[in-house]
Amino acid sequence: MTGYLIRRAGQSIAVVIGVMILTFILLHLEPGSVARSVLGLKATPAKVAIFDNLYGLNKPLYQQFGIYVKQLFQGNLGISYQLQQPVSTLIAQRLPRDAILLGLSTLLALVIGVPTGIYQAVRHNRLADDLLAGTWFTLYSAPDFMEALLLIALVCVQFHLLPPAFPGGVTSIAGLFANWQALVLPVVVLAINSVAGFSQYVRSTALHVLAEDYIRVARAKGMSERLVLTRHVLRNSLLPVITILGLSLPDIVAGAVIAESIFNFPGMGLLFWQSALAHDFPVMLGGTLIIGVATVVGNLAADIAYSALDPRIRYGSA
Amino acid sequence: MAAPDTAPTQASPGGSPLAPEGGEVAGSGTGTGLSLQAFVTSKRAMTGVTIIVLLGLFCFAGPLLYHTNQTQVNLGIENSPPGPGYPLGTDQYGIDVLGRLMVGGQSSLELGFAVGIATTVIGLLYGAVSGMVGGIVDAFMMRFVDTLLAVPTFILLIIVASMFSLSLSVIILILTALSWPYTARLIRGQVLALRPREFVQASRTMGATGRWILTRHMVPNTLGISVVTATFSIADSIYALSALSFLGIGPPPPFTDWGTMLSNGVDNLFNGYWWQVYPPLIVLVVVVVAFRQIGDALNDIVSGQRSGVVVRRRRRFRLLPLSAPRDW
Repeated sequence: MTGYLIRRAGQSIAVVIGVMILTFILLHLEPGSVARSVLGLKATPAKVAIFDNLYGLNKPLYQQFGIYVKQLFQGNLGISYQLQQPVSTLIAQRLPRDAILLGLSTLLALVIGVPTGIYQAVRHNRLADDLLAGTWFTLYSAPDFMEALLLIALVCVQFHLLPPAFPGGVTSIAGLFANWQALVLPVVVLAINSVAGFSQYVRSTALHVLAEDYIRVARAKGMSERLVLTRHVLRNSLLPVITILGLSLPDIVAGAVIAESIFNFPGMGLLFWQSALAHDFPVMLGGTLIIGVATVVGNLAADIAYSALDPRIRYGSA
Repeated sequence: MAAPDTAPTQASPGGSPLAPEGGEVAGSGTGTGLSLQAFVTSKRAMTGVTIIVLLGLFCFAGPLLYHTNQTQVNLGIENSPPGPGYPLGTDQYGIDVLGRLMVGGQSSLELGFAVGIATTVIGLLYGAVSGMVGGIVDAFMMRFVDTLLAVPTFILLIIVASMFSLSLSVIILILTALSWPYTARLIRGQVLALRPREFVQASRTMGATGRWILTRHMVPNTLGISVVTATFSIADSIYALSALSFLGIGPPPPFTDWGTMLSNGVDNLFNGYWWQVYPPLIVLVVVVVAFRQIGDALNDIVSGQRSGVVVRRRRRFRLLPLSAPRDW
């Protein structure tokens, strides 16, 4: 177990270093030069030289990478070309908002996905299962931006129930909740994307669980079906969801870019999209680095939580 | 070449360390062969294939029969509703939507197939080599894959797309470069499960070289599962291009695809010009569903031998959308 964890942590560190190299390379792939991007096209060669010298951009690449890593550990992700603010500040402002948006939507997806998954397993291969499966499949195959737009067309334009976008200038967490009407649609759209994955995953694990001997024992000793489902099936089907939560982090983030740009939600996704339109590479790559590290840490945490929560899981040395 | 670390006894349970569920999922049964007959008799697969063939005909043969002007702006007829002459109306430049659908579909389908095939070839070779060689080389090769997997594909796509001036071929290159790691990881898991199997061991005992085993045993035995991932990456890449176009970072004008049509049409959706939105939306969803149906059906066939009531439909869906690791 300890050996497994150590090896797993070592792999994670290697991947984090890999992500740093990746963002560093992408930063240098940027067309033109950093100096030109910051100083503008009219900057004189002398100015460019001074800038390069100041930021060590004229040094060999491996030295620059050293500087880059050192700055990362000091929490310095560079300066946004467009907003002229430190990238770390920009991201730190937005992360809590994203935690709320993504947390709420994941919660909603679990609340819908887990029970329907178990229900589908119980009714498996019957009409209800097929209908639910078909619904999830269609929702998950439809582009998520279209789900968002159709919801806007229906809920906002037709029935005027909810505002179609966040009002500008909302920055505080309290502000988010004060505008809870605007929060509903982004949360729902992001949840729709995850429900299909969760419910089908729970369905397949619940099918395995339902075939276990301990379920037969529970039924044989006269346990009510409701208790069998909640005590045994639900609990045992929930465990693997931890893994899927860790694994689906990149998808949730990618979905957030689209949802946030549609609903004007002031999070990382919107920042990322605006930076992409403005070719603001430090912001994009800073965000990428954070997401990459979050994914690695998330997967590692999921693995550890999984083995800690399920005493049957013993990672061997294989 | 590292020697196999275990004696060829039973197939190791849970073959690869990557399969979190363990148990019968990896590496049991008679293999991952793809039966053509099973494919042809599968209703889901054939429905998907029919839809795609029809859509292909619509996009590539359609323009030969249905001539439209797809290059010149004609503001005299902008935003016309469906009617005589324009079965699906016109867009904000007065361009026929039905004709646009055909042209846009060409790039969507070309992109899908090109990325699907390229991704599979690269991923198959990379994963098979990594799994076969093993040891430190494998560890390095897999950390490289892990790195690419740690960052959401769509995020990387946006970054790289905003660096280059995009055309269809550039997008194909970028999407291929970003999507092969999933296939590679999956194939490596399969190869690790195959390595201790008897026929591979027998081949090795008879003095087969690594390359022989790779080409004669590993590649044919993982081909089935690669075809499955290929269909999914076709669907994913069509989707990714449409999302990119929707965000306004797609290829610049004369280029069109269904996503571009959607994002242009969306501006007019609230004016009531529904015909600019629903046709591309419907074909987009239909084509993605069709490819995923084929992929699911293939998946069932490939993993079909290890049946049993419970497992029979366990892989009914792709479990994770878009960019999820595909090896569990």
